[in-house]
Order: sequence, then structure tokens, then C-alpha cells
Amino acid sequence: MFVAWRELWFARGRFGLLVGVVLLITVLVGLLSGLTAGLAGRNTSAVVGLGGDHVVFSGVDGVFGGTGLDEGVARAWAGTAGVERAERLGVSLGRAEAGGRSAGVAVFAVPSGSALRGVEPGQVVVSAGAADELGVKDGQRVTIGDVESTARLSTSDEYFSHAPVVWTHLPADARFSVLILSTSDCDIAKADAAIGTSTESTSDAVDRIGSFAAENGSLVLMRGFLFAISALVVGAFFTVWTIQRSGDIAVLKALGASTGYLLRDALGQAAVLLLIGTALGTGLAATIGAALGDAVPFVLDLATLLVPAAVLVGLGLVGAALAIRRVTAVDPLTALGSAR
Amino acid sequence: MSLILRSVTLTYPDGDRRLTALDAVDLHVPAGTVTAVVGPSGSGKSSLLAVAATLVRPDSGEVLVGETPVHGMDRRALAALRRRSIGIVFQQPNLLPALTAAEQLRVMAHLDGRRGTADLLAEVGMAELAHRRPHQLSGGQRQRVNIARALVNRPRVLLVDEPTSALDHARGAAIVDLITSTTRAHGVATVLVTHDRAHLAGVDQVVDLVDGRVRSR
Repeated sequence: MFVAWRELWFARGRFGLLVGVVLLITVLVGLLSGLTAGLAGRNTSAVVGLGGDHVVFSGVDGVFGGTGLDEGVARAWAGTAGVERAERLGVSLGRAEAGGRSAGVAVFAVPSGSALRGVEPGQVVVSAGAADELGVKDGQRVTIGDVESTARLSTSDEYFSHAPVVWTHLPADARFSVLILSTSDCDIAKADAAIGTSTESTSDAVDRIGSFAAENGSLVLMRGFLFAISALVVGAFFTVWTIQRSGDIAVLKALGASTGYLLRDALGQAAVLLLIGTALGTGLAATIGAALGDAVPFVLDLATLLVPAAVLVGLGLVGAALAIRRVTAVDPLTALGSAR
Repeated sequence: MSLILRSVTLTYPDGDRRLTALDAVDLHVPAGTVTAVVGPSGSGKSSLLAVAATLVRPDSGEVLVGETPVHGMDRRALAALRRRSIGIVFQQPNLLPALTAAEQLRVMAHLDGRRGTADLLAEVGMAELAHRRPHQLSGGQRQRVNIARALVNRPRVLLVDEPTSALDHARGAAIVDLITSTTRAHGVATVLVTHDRAHLAGVDQVVDLVDGRVRSR
């Protein structure tokens, strides 16, 4: 990178502009990644935290919510080979009131003795987020719909579809929304066909949370576009840069520089710019994310910061490589100027 | 160590026929001597230089750099040959704008995996301006750096393309004198292509090229 380093300093204005663009895109991608993960947590943390490995829905169009399943389905799954546990879960959205305050909540109903959560009749287990919004204390009365229960506070902070979760009791003969399975070597498809249900792994089941699928899809699409834009910007810059310096490349080739040497030099230059831009952008995104605190759901961790940065560098290098391959086409004869 | 061209013919496509740039050219440039190739524009001087520099493969004939025949070498081997055995002084100095005068020489050593560049800038009278970039140098100074760069890797052959075309008479004479003295000092076989016969007093051999043919010596 003998020439590359010196060009970086000599044309620092032009390269600084590119670093600035990469930095801004990295900040955008970093913030979007943190926000995507934060919003996903607000949508799905209660489902992901249920335990179990599969979720049984009433059919292929089944979603969390509703009362599509009954005791017969629960017994059928419980008796299926390879199913260790089949826990009933009712899911609905509603409003909870306590001490003159009310809040939208996700109501998770489980029967007595459920492995998902211990809730007795007349009791409601209030997650940390719901307790905070309702200002409710242990033993205080909470009304959900027209049912009044005694609050028992939980330290867990679970959310479903952007609402904090409260756990209520599900009567033994009540219909419910989904079954949470814990399985070991179970033929899920065969059981689904026999029982008439639709079962997903827990990681796939979150896509049946309507708000999550739409919201996450939009954010992931935006991030994808930013990745593509970054690669295109870097590719366009290095296309112009390579064309501008094709005379210098011809001279170096005429003097005996191999094409491999020139490609390594140019690609190294692109890598330096991308690393500087993404490092600065990632640092700025982390600072902004930390400053946001709890104001917005934002996840600040290695996955939301370093993975997008690595993707940006990788795609940027692909864009640069496609542009820089023009080096191979430069004819050293042009260095002689009047050769023809 | 010399440069030898034996019956070299080079043609270029020109519409539906071929234009003969070099027609059975023979040239022998012994080590430590300067051979001036003169001729009018379009006579084939630059084509001869391009063939000698291994930048163009002739249609027929043989080129030997030192004792090394160029024929049959692949692109990588030709680049290595240019790097180690051929120095080129371009018509326009073609210095890299981002590099200082000293770095113009160091890049040549770097291409060859070495560090040292000897004291060639001092030899061409540019030691004091080693830290300057091309835009901070005059035309004559740039041409001196151009010459020093061509000598960095201790080539066997030095190919010089119209070095005085952008210089006034006094500076042009000084540059040709410098080329002549460095040729003797480094024992290289130098081909000096020029259309200007005013500075040829110190060269060892003059070759007239007309329509791609060597007319007289």
C-alpha cells in the first residue's frame, strides 16, 4: 500500500467526503439496528421467554390471540410421542386498571399448575413494565376487563405486541389461543396433520405476531436498502477515482507494477476508508444509543453494532472491488502517450 | 548487457488493412552507450520504444534485453522484466502526483520488494528538492526525477522518450547531457528517441527512422 497511503493523505479532502458518507450511513444503520432489536423485544420478548420449542396454532392462519384451541387439542398433543409438555396459553390484548391508572396490557392466561407461570384463581402476576405503567404494588387490586384480581409483582420485564404482559388464571375448561410444546424427537408434521393444527418453532412463531411481522419487515427492508446504498456509493466513488487515476496506473504498469500489486493497493485503500468510516459511525451510533437511554426501545450490544458494521465493510469492499477491477483493463502503453 | 532488436516488424490495424509501424528493424545498443533514434512524427520512433519496453508484442522478429529473449514471456514475466531490467523515461515525466520526489524513487524499489534507492536524486541534482511533490517542481526538475526513477532498479536498458520536448534549449541540452553521463556511469544500454537533432553531439550512435524503416546510421 505504498502508493495508497500517500494518495489517502494527498487527496484527503475527497477521501474525507467518502469517509463522511460511510460514517453517516453507518450511524443510520447502527441506530436502525438498535431500534429494530429494541422494537422486536417489545413485540416478542414474552413469547421468546416462554420456554418450550414449538408453538401450536389452531391452523395455518392461526395467530397469537383468539380462542381457537380447546382441551381436546391439548390432550391430543400431550399424548403425542415425543411431546414432553404441552402448556395451554390464552393470549389477548386489553386494558388494566389499578389505583385510578390504566394501561394497555397483553393478557397471558395459564391454568393452575402451568409450567409457564404459576397463577392461582383471583390472582394476576404483573410484569415489571406493566407495574411501572399502572403504578401498582404487591397485593393491590387490579381490574382487567370486568374481573378484579390481586396483583403479585414479577421482576421479569415481558412485552407482547408492544404491551407489557400480565398473567391471569385460565379456567380448566376454557378455550385458549396456543399450546407451548416442549418436545424431544417428535414428528411435528405428522401430529399436526392428525390433530388439525399448525405448529411452528418458537423462533418462527414470532412471525405470527401481526405487528411484529409488519414492523420488523419494514425496518429490515430499510436497513437492507442502506446496505445497498452504501455499497453503491463506495462503488461509484472508486469507479470515478480509478478512472481519474488511470494515467498513474498506466505509468506504474509500464514501470513494472503487476496487476495484482495494483489491485491490492487499491483494495487496501478502500478497506482503510471503510474501516475508518464504519468505526467512527459505529462509535457515534453507540454514543447516541446510550444517550437515548429508556426514551425509546433501543438495544445497544455487539450484535446491533458490530454485525451491521461488518456487513457495511464487506458490502463496501464488494462495491469497491467491482469498481477497482478496471485496473486490469488499463493499458500500460498509454503511459508512452504518443505510442500509436 | 545490451539491447538487441532483430528484424522486428510491427503492424497496427487501420480500418480493413494493417499499417506497418516498424518494418524489419534491426538495432543493437551496447551497454554503456546511447543510441539516438531520430525521425519525423509518425516514423515509428514511439512504436520502436514500445516494442523495446515490452509494452507491445511485435508481429515478428526478436527482442533481447540483456541476453534475455522477450518472446514467449507472459504478462507477469514481462512486468517483472520491466521492473528489474528496463528503465523508462517518459516524454511527460508522468510522476505520481501524491508522491514526493524521493517517494517517486522509493515506489520503484517497493515494486521490486526492496527499500533502498541509492543516492540517485543527488546524482541528478535533486537532493535538495527530494521532499517536493511534482506540482512544486519545474519541468526540468520533473524530468530529472523521471530519469532518476528510471535508474532506481539498476536496469540493463534505459528507454528515453522525447525528454526535451517540453524544455527550452538550455534545459534540454542539460537533460541530454545527464542521460549521457548516467548511461556511462551505470553501464546501461540507452535508446534516446527524439525528433530534435540539436542535442545529439554526445550520443554514440544515431539511427534515422523513416516510415518504420532504418534508413541510415
